Amino acid sequence: MEPTPDTSQYMILGYAVFFIVSAIYIVSLYVRNRSLQRDLETLEDLDAKK
Amino acid sequence: MTPKPILLKMLDYLSIIVLGVATYLALFFAPRELVMGEVQRVFYFHIGTAWTALLGFIFAAGLGIAYLVTKNAKWDIYEVAAVEISTIFFLITIVLGSIWARPAWGTWWTWDERLTTAAITELFYIAYFMLRNGIEDPDRRARFGAVYTLIGSISAPITFMAIRWAKSRTIHPVLIGAASEGQEKMNMSPDMRIAFFFALFAFTVIFVDLFWNRIRLGQLQDKVEQLKLKVM
Repeated sequence: MEPTPDTSQYMILGYAVFFIVSAIYIVSLYVRNRSLQRDLETLEDLDAKK
Repeated sequence: MTPKPILLKMLDYLSIIVLGVATYLALFFAPRELVMGEVQRVFYFHIGTAWTALLGFIFAAGLGIAYLVTKNAKWDIYEVAAVEISTIFFLITIVLGSIWARPAWGTWWTWDERLTTAAITELFYIAYFMLRNGIEDPDRRARFGAVYTLIGSISAPITFMAIRWAKSRTIHPVLIGAASEGQEKMNMSPDMRIAFFFALFAFTVIFVDLFWNRIRLGQLQDKVEQLKLKVM
């Protein structure tokens, strides 16, 4: 039987990609939410002044 | 915007916990596969994300139908949320598959039936966002989105069935169901099955959590758009 190849670097790369992409997506949700909250506050101020 | 419901907060924490457990099971609990070595551990997350993404695309089509029937904008917000998360998950599926393929098949990519249908599906849903952004009228945009996801949902079963239809032409292994003659079939030990099924459960929980969070973002976006029309 052939010895098991050392493919641990690919495994590390795979999990790194998973966590990095997931983190980017979660941060994007947070950033978009914060930006919309700011827009909402500004628009509510404008609406109140009207 | 209303504060986060307690149930959603609990779901956020649960998602972190199940992700941690799924990572532990995949990296430490499941035994090392003897032919491929450590890279096989990528497979648990590869299948977990694929499962939720493909179901998510079909789910989005259901939400599209709900919009077409009721014309209620909330279904459009739900549909966008489902497509967005599924597209991200499916991108991860494809990248993890490619990383797995390099040591297993000796190449990062090959135009095999499964890989080709997966790439088409992903590109189709990336185009969904680009095309949606080009439509100004919200009703037309929602109608377009609903019909588009309905058509796109056909790609999910095609992607799933591609390796079963291709039989021995494909090099992608079959995991669920019987493999054809000359086709690779992946056999799992009991511990591998635990890691595998837990990953499916974990990614389903994570999908629901992200879906709910994304719906809230969509609702906020809708509120801002409405107010913009009123103020401007």
